[in-house]
Amino acid sequence: MSEQIDQALARKYDAGFVSEIESETFPVGLDEDVIRRLSAIKGEPEWMLEWRLKAYRTWLKQTEPEWAHVDYPKINYQDISYYSAPKSMKDKPKSLDEVDPELLRTYEKLGIPLHEQEMLAGVAVDAVFDSVSVVTTFREKLEEAGVIFCPISEALQKYPDLVKKYLGTVVPRGDNYFAALNSAVFTDGSFVYIPKGVRCPMELSTYFRINEQNTGQFERTLIVADEGSYVSYLEGCTAPQRDENQLHAAVVELVALEGAEIKYSTVQNWYPGDENGKGGIYNFVTKRGLCEKNAKISWTQVETGSAVTWKYPSCILKGDNSVGEFYSVALTRGKQQADTGTKMIHLGKNTKSTIISKGISAGYSNNAYRGLVRMGPGAEGARNFTECDSLLIGDKCGAHTFPYIESSNPSAIVEHEATTSKVSDDQLFLCQQRGLDPEKAVSMIVNGFCKEVFRELPMEFAVEAGKLLEISLEGSVG
Amino acid sequence: MLTIKDLHARVEEKTIIKGLNLEIKPGEVHAIMGPNGAGKSTLGYVLSGREGYEVEQGEVTFNGANLLEMEVEERAQAGLFLAFQYPVEIPGVSNMEFMKESVNAMRKARGEDELSSAEFLKKAKAACKQVNLPLDFLKRGVNEGFSGGEKKRNEIMQLIMLEPKLAILDESDSGLDVDALQVVANGVNSQRDGKRSFIVVTHYQRLLDFIEPDYVHILAQGKIVKSGGPELAKEVEASGYAWLGQAQEGEEA
Ligand SMILES: Nc1ncnc2c1ncn2[C@@H]1O[C@H](COP(=O)(O)OP(=O)(O)O)[C@@H](O)[C@H]1O
Ligand SMILES: [Mg+2]
Repeated sequence: MSEQIDQALARKYDAGFVSEIESETFPVGLDEDVIRRLSAIKGEPEWMLEWRLKAYRTWLKQTEPEWAHVDYPKINYQDISYYSAPKSMKDKPKSLDEVDPELLRTYEKLGIPLHEQEMLAGVAVDAVFDSVSVVTTFREKLEEAGVIFCPISEALQKYPDLVKKYLGTVVPRGDNYFAALNSAVFTDGSFVYIPKGVRCPMELSTYFRINEQNTGQFERTLIVADEGSYVSYLEGCTAPQRDENQLHAAVVELVALEGAEIKYSTVQNWYPGDENGKGGIYNFVTKRGLCEKNAKISWTQVETGSAVTWKYPSCILKGDNSVGEFYSVALTRGKQQADTGTKMIHLGKNTKSTIISKGISAGYSNNAYRGLVRMGPGAEGARNFTECDSLLIGDKCGAHTFPYIESSNPSAIVEHEATTSKVSDDQLFLCQQRGLDPEKAVSMIVNGFCKEVFRELPMEFAVEAGKLLEISLEGSVG
Repeated sequence: MLTIKDLHARVEEKTIIKGLNLEIKPGEVHAIMGPNGAGKSTLGYVLSGREGYEVEQGEVTFNGANLLEMEVEERAQAGLFLAFQYPVEIPGVSNMEFMKESVNAMRKARGEDELSSAEFLKKAKAACKQVNLPLDFLKRGVNEGFSGGEKKRNEIMQLIMLEPKLAILDESDSGLDVDALQVVANGVNSQRDGKRSFIVVTHYQRLLDFIEPDYVHILAQGKIVKSGGPELAKEVEASGYAWLGQAQEGEEA
């Protein structure tokens, strides 16, 4: 089989097209003036600008982290444009009819029709194009339930107190290098608020699209689930195929108040670069959730894109009996590199966490799981279960596991299981002998390997995720 | 159906098949017996086109086509089926998904429409019952945690569902008790319709009491050294392979 794999790792990236859209883009470069201009365009309150500037000053003093198992040339932050928006968005279209049809076409091509009648029933979408939100669907229906779902730039104007109360409470401004940068220059992203006791009547999702060249995407998402509420949220991301690397440094903060539940799913398909590792997105993301008493946060991610991924969706299990979950599929091929995992910080009594990580490496790629389970002194009776499986396709790729366990409470129980397996010649031969072509065979074997994670995804997206793996693996075997 | 002429094949650097001839006509059942390491499994792999098994010399035609030029899946789609001696597990992929993909890949190759889920399920359930496997085997991962006997029955279930033109059974009887043997044999016999052909590789004459062969061949050191009718199997049963003139160890593997 290795011979077959050696043959052209010709890859196909369906979302690699560029939309011809006139944009207003800042010249490259970053200083306090850029931040002031950005904040002014967004019409932000004064405190927000101050917050950004403080973050910027912190960032200047920080250094880029180097501990991850990834390798990429130094990023020149002065070569990036920090704001780009379609010109047509300047007048803030009030309805879909006023939105530039080329924008709508872009999303249609990506399989995300924004006309409500054509959409997946029961899914509301916020579509973010470069630095702005293009449209948010089903808003009225959500408003009836008291749910707020809007671009964060709009929330800063309409619900400044709510944003101010929670922004930076889970991921502080200066948390890490990329989070500080994001805090200084974030452009758009989604804001969600679910009122007390409300079960959000539909799935919420945000679809991020990078289009402009030389721009970074710095989105910020804040989801607050008030006491006893429930929400399921999904994000998807794609970018055109370009030879230059582009930076995506997002921050996502989740707040689950007492008894609330947040299910956060990601299907990440940023452009991964070509087979020689040219181009592709640097995906440096900080995602963290805070659980109060009896609350639950569940992260599910399917990561197939990006040239380099650095991402550890985490849970702070502060309240007693709170629950954190992390289900991950990370697929790397070509020269992709991924260093991803989670942190489960157990503070409260009887807190529980589950980590299921499935790493698949093909081609010359490197795939690392990095996970921290910390049992604080107050974590009486806390439990963690970690399962960490790696699947290798071919013999030139790598899988690495870095589990860190820190326990300051003897009554806490931490369990860790890890396996590494290969798509074997025997399996491939069996499938082919039963009439399947090698590509179908590999994608079926990989899908089987990921089953435990896929079943955590919302129904509509489980199918999508399966297909995505199929496309991603096309050309992985000869 | 199948014509093998002067076949020589090697695995890695070692030539295993050394000048094998065999002619199988539609509807015939050929048993192949022989000591361990004779090359029985190798023959099955060479015929099905497994990577790493290289043909050095000879010709094989399958229903008029040059079999040796076809990809593994093309041979399968043309109606060649191999029941494995050691079926492999595919964790997380249910038997049902696997067989649905398989059945539909075969249908597609024949230019037929895919089966609907309902049609497929009906067929799968019937096949499952025929080999005495509980229906929940359809939901379980392919061979995942199956016992040796269950794996063998699962292979026969696949055979029944795929209705191949030529099936090669590689020791489908080994490790089975008499009841399971009967099940496997019934599965095969149900497919005998005067058109489909079978190569039954076995160590024991026992299976041939249930699946009556038209011909029996003895394979030793990469060649067919003796051919005959069903009575040849009985001879072998009585006298072993000692008459081949060499020490044969590890017979009962
Ligand atoms: N992958 C392989 N590499 C090297 N030798 C092999 C390989 N597979 C089989 N052989 C050798 O080929 C010979 C025939 O094996 P096999 O076809 O499995 O015999 P049988 O099925 O008749 O018991 C044996 O000597 C075995 O050791
Ligand atoms: Mg054998």
